[in-house]
Amino acid sequence: MRRLTIAEALREGISEEMRRDETVFCLGEDIGVPGGWGGAFTVTLGLEEEFPERTLNTPIAELGFFGAAVGAAIMGMRPIADVQYGDFLFCAMDQIHSNASMLRYMSGGTVKVPMVMRAPVGATGRGAQHARNMERFFVGVPGIKVVAVSNAYDAKGMLKAAVRDDNPVMIFEHKLLYGSKGARTESGAVDGSCEVPDEDFTVPLDRAAVARDGEQVTVLGWLLMHHFALAAAETLATEGIDAEVIDVRCLSPFDYDTIGRSVRKTGYVVIVEEGPVTGGVGAELAAGITERFGEYLMEPVRRVASPDVPVPFAPVLENAYRPDAERIAEGVRLLLQSH
Amino acid sequence: MKETEYDREFLVDLYERMLLIREFEEEVKFLFLEGTMPGTIHQCQGQEAAAVGVCSALEEDDVITSTHRPHGHALAKGLTPEEILIELFGGGTGCCRGKGGSMHVGNIDKGMPPAIAIVGGGIPLATGMALALKMQKRPQVAVCFFGDGATSEGAFHEGITLGAIWDLPVIYVCENNLYGASTRVDEITRMPHIAERAAAYGIRGETVEGNDVLAVHEATRIAARQCRDGEGPVLLELETYRLTGHSRRDACHYQPEEEREAWARRDPILVFGRALCQRDDVEQADLDRIRCDVEARVAGAIETARGEPAPTLADLTTDVYA
Ligand SMILES: Cc1ncc(C[n+]2csc(CCOP(=O)(O)OP(=O)(O)O)c2C)c(N)n1
Ligand SMILES: [Mg+2]
Repeated sequence: MRRLTIAEALREGISEEMRRDETVFCLGEDIGVPGGWGGAFTVTLGLEEEFPERTLNTPIAELGFFGAAVGAAIMGMRPIADVQYGDFLFCAMDQIHSNASMLRYMSGGTVKVPMVMRAPVGATGRGAQHARNMERFFVGVPGIKVVAVSNAYDAKGMLKAAVRDDNPVMIFEHKLLYGSKGARTESGAVDGSCEVPDEDFTVPLDRAAVARDGEQVTVLGWLLMHHFALAAAETLATEGIDAEVIDVRCLSPFDYDTIGRSVRKTGYVVIVEEGPVTGGVGAELAAGITERFGEYLMEPVRRVASPDVPVPFAPVLENAYRPDAERIAEGVRLLLQSH
Repeated sequence: MKETEYDREFLVDLYERMLLIREFEEEVKFLFLEGTMPGTIHQCQGQEAAAVGVCSALEEDDVITSTHRPHGHALAKGLTPEEILIELFGGGTGCCRGKGGSMHVGNIDKGMPPAIAIVGGGIPLATGMALALKMQKRPQVAVCFFGDGATSEGAFHEGITLGAIWDLPVIYVCENNLYGASTRVDEITRMPHIAERAAAYGIRGETVEGNDVLAVHEATRIAARQCRDGEGPVLLELETYRLTGHSRRDACHYQPEEEREAWARRDPILVFGRALCQRDDVEQADLDRIRCDVEARVAGAIETARGEPAPTLADLTTDVYA
């Protein structure tokens, strides 16, 4: 089977869905420009050749075009709106939060908002304003589904599932995992590519994935942190610690079935998150796990996350900001030792 | 006079529609002050010609977006007094099943999604609705109602920018009632007319006497045709005045008395009724009869609405996802 990068997988998923359903269209900044970039990270590269009418390049107006996506969605279209950097979602926030997420409820279930939003996140040497992990701002917004893709298979499958879903779905993608090429190559990139089948498939928007079976401790992460958690597990294995690593991947709703099965088995949980520890997704996850499976926990849930600071620029500081495999491994050791 | 260019039935219908809104709003105000109606309300007494003039120029399957002040738009678009009143009372069978309330009334089956109470929030939304219409090659137009206050929002600029560059079939209708809450329009812009801003987007703008229901109807009819011909969008500014508080128990102390009195003399229903009576085939008695009918209709709707059941507690958690 062929290997695809996440950027390629997303691109293929988007064009297949556009081919399958003519109500699907893309809108975003610097997309659909012949000779252009295909958005900030090449995901929509070349889309305009096959779908000139459905690849809409927008002005730099996030509030405007996210609102336009909502309006088109309630009229029977299936827009895929993307921002160049997740940070810019704040500019569009009113349309996402007040309109996309609420119109169904406010209408008593008579309005449908089938739209996909895509946002690249993560600290990548660009300083504080092109670096935030935005997941925390959308988990806990009723009416929106939130997923985060850490490999090409999930990227394509979840993109397709999101397009076919009748709700607003936010897809978070990590800049270091795209596998963007050429001028858009990221330094410090981590390989998110994998084998992706040719045939049509979807990945459910409410299922976590157990990426590595283990017996002693459950390590939960998503996006880049999931890759680092896997690396940490390898190190820990050499020390005789058998970690189960779960790609949480569906952030709203969480898959407490899969997570719970693991927690009941291991009794120890470490949550890894890129982003300030306070008020993060990990806080919600820890509370949810404690409420549901507290009796199985041998020790309180432990978080390995960023300090409570904006994302710094200097490489030495950015590396200290972003949890890495060693800090994750250390978090696991400390949790198990405290026993 | 120009009223003679239209047939009697059409004109009387416009009058009746405006009166229905006025009567509806006055009764709602009473229910609210009396304490039987929950929540807060933003009413449109004095602005009926805008809602009715615009919507009477639309086809049934055209779509509109509205604001925190949506009752008149909803009635003019064809929602029934019953379905709105039930919603206002918080009934489970209201147009939004009790989950919307006054600031979010709407009925998508009648071309009106829940009203958007974030000032300016409907402008990008209506733009997107028009985008869908264009992509689907449908003949309808989208109409976006908003106030003078909304023109300072970024959403106004971004929404109209998109509508303009994509040549969308959307009419941006600004009801300039001189105030955004308590703030006068000349404090928020140096432009004497909001319609002039259309030039900044390369679209046509027009300032219309917003209390003249026929002028509004005509301007909308022409704008809608322009949009259907692929030559939209259009920005219409309807100059009008709110003859009631901004919300709740607002006593409007910020409005100079002479100004209020001058606009009260330009009450769109009063003016139009007077003009109608100039015709040979309309008499004051006809208008009185319409008033009686409208009063009875609203009274009946209130009775119906009061009797409707509240949502059940199980409804709390439904309708979040499709
Ligand atoms: C984004 C936002 N800011 C402030 C408000 C509070 N607010 C509600 S109505 C209003 C005034 C709106 O004025 P205008 O747009 O002229 O409409 P009008 O009330 O005159 O119909 C304000 C400030 C709001 N609902 N939304
Ligand atoms: Mg106003």
